Amino acid sequence: MSGQASMLKVKDLKVNYGGIEALKGISFDVEQGQIVTLIGANGAGKSTTLRAISGLVKTASGAINFLGRDIIPFNAQQVVAEGIAMVPEGRRVFDNLTVKENLKIGAYLRKDKEEIEAGIEDIYQRFPRLKEREWQLAGTLSGGEQQMLAVGRAMMARPKLLMMDEPSLGLAPLVVKDIFSIIRELKSEGITILLIEQNANAALRCADQAYVLETGRITMSGTGEALLADQRVRDAYLGSTAR
Amino acid sequence: MERNINRKRIDSATIISAAIVLCLYIAVFIAEQILPSTSMLFTVLKKGATYALVAVSMNLCNGFTGIFSLGQAGFMLIGAYVYGIFTIPVISRADVYQYYSGGLVQFTLPVFVAMLLAGLAAAFFAFLIGLPVLRLKSDYLAIATLGFAEIIRALFQWDKLGPVTNGSNMLRLFPTFNDFNIRGADGQVTVYLSTLVPLLISGVCIGAIILLINSTFGRALKAIRDDEIAAEAMGVRLASHKRLAFCISSFFAGVGGAMLAMYQTTVQAKSFTTAMTYEILLIVVIGGIGSVTGSCISSFLFVAASEWWLRFLDQKQMIGNFEVPLLRNGFRLVVFSIIIMIVVLFFRRGIMGTRELPDIIRGWQRKKKGGASK
Repeated sequence: MSGQASMLKVKDLKVNYGGIEALKGISFDVEQGQIVTLIGANGAGKSTTLRAISGLVKTASGAINFLGRDIIPFNAQQVVAEGIAMVPEGRRVFDNLTVKENLKIGAYLRKDKEEIEAGIEDIYQRFPRLKEREWQLAGTLSGGEQQMLAVGRAMMARPKLLMMDEPSLGLAPLVVKDIFSIIRELKSEGITILLIEQNANAALRCADQAYVLETGRITMSGTGEALLADQRVRDAYLGSTAR
Repeated sequence: MERNINRKRIDSATIISAAIVLCLYIAVFIAEQILPSTSMLFTVLKKGATYALVAVSMNLCNGFTGIFSLGQAGFMLIGAYVYGIFTIPVISRADVYQYYSGGLVQFTLPVFVAMLLAGLAAAFFAFLIGLPVLRLKSDYLAIATLGFAEIIRALFQWDKLGPVTNGSNMLRLFPTFNDFNIRGADGQVTVYLSTLVPLLISGVCIGAIILLINSTFGRALKAIRDDEIAAEAMGVRLASHKRLAFCISSFFAGVGGAMLAMYQTTVQAKSFTTAMTYEILLIVVIGGIGSVTGSCISSFLFVAASEWWLRFLDQKQMIGNFEVPLLRNGFRLVVFSIIIMIVVLFFRRGIMGTRELPDIIRGWQRKKKGGASK
């Protein structure tokens, strides 16, 4: 981390929900071009972290720095405009809009109509299934297809940083595999990814840098491989004791 | 020029739909010249056109944006009053405002300017009450807007405002639909337009709403309806979008109110009750929440049923010497309620669901193609 400037720097971030401290001061960095993952159990504060970065919840204290700019005072719209897009937890596609309309909403803040059209074609090339279902309502897609759509929709904003909240949640194992290969592909195209997962195994395998969140604190960090080999991580998240 | 590239391509189904609407207009124009102007058909068409506009405006709010507002009667009242107040001819004012020495307003605006003003006034009120009310969600928002409509109704009957609103007395003698008829020099009507013009006004307004719904803005509204948080995460500004949708919906409700004033030929605040809002809500539900076509069709069906087809239920009917039981004043409403219950129980998505006329034509075209290839 030394020398090279990080794309996203989070420092001592605290978030309160009512009287409850959801994040008790966490710090981490996301380097350009990497996949960084936050793993942890339910209620550890993973989603809260993403929501804080994307301006959907107010932070209590701390700093979030994106490409040298402090984005704490930004609202959700400004964060998207800065180049951070989110694939929300549970996909959250717009059920009653067609696949194409969903993609167009993803590009809501872009005004360059022709390039948006080209962007949609790019997404269709990446996910040919979406092209087949272009005029279908998003609510009628399968879980995996909806996840593709959610990723495509986020990509339509042309993000510099793509944040994904539990992309494997509720999907069949085979589909989960697809999703992770999509994530790797996106990385190879130079997109920086901040990934949040309960599926620690798969997440650590593809991550360059990983952090373990426990009840609002970061308790461990290291490269994906290092954490994958760490006995404590194996015991707590990979179920090696269950054998 | 750039815009043309990405404009939705206009397919044959859209053209056919437009043609159907045009044919209906021509049919109404012809019917109006031949049939006696007292025919029930025209009453239904006039009131139906008014209700269609208000129903579509309510659909914009409730069906497309997901703001469950029940303030429609209030906005219609504002529209009706603004129209009435500014269009009563100056010579008639002393007569209308007899208890308020002729009233305060002593000028008259052209009909269409007054209608526009009616819409703007309703939109302005929507903006004001939207500031606190739009922070609420679902049922709470419904209750708050319902309360607003009741307050407006009481306010306009307030004696102190009498010089402007004529207090609890009715406004009358302003131009009505019948003034759209073109009269010859002898005062005889030469061309009947009193049904066509309201249908046209309503059609233009609904057309504007359709364009709005299919724009980028409209897409953002539907996104808000489906999932507020995801929409916000995409960069859609929730507060400003909702407010704008609410104001636009109220604008058209205000114009609809002005049309209702013309239809009724008099305006009185106490007739704009909650029941009126419910009638419109019913039309929206029966037509299909999220379908403009559905709202239009069900408005005309609703008005025809309540004003015309079911009227016989309110009078004693004899079949030979046998008096049909149950038929008496008010029975119509019982039958009506039963029909509504049946619709709600068995046709929950309404007549059209979320489909529009072009969607249905596309469906037919596909079927035909499928049949031909067999």
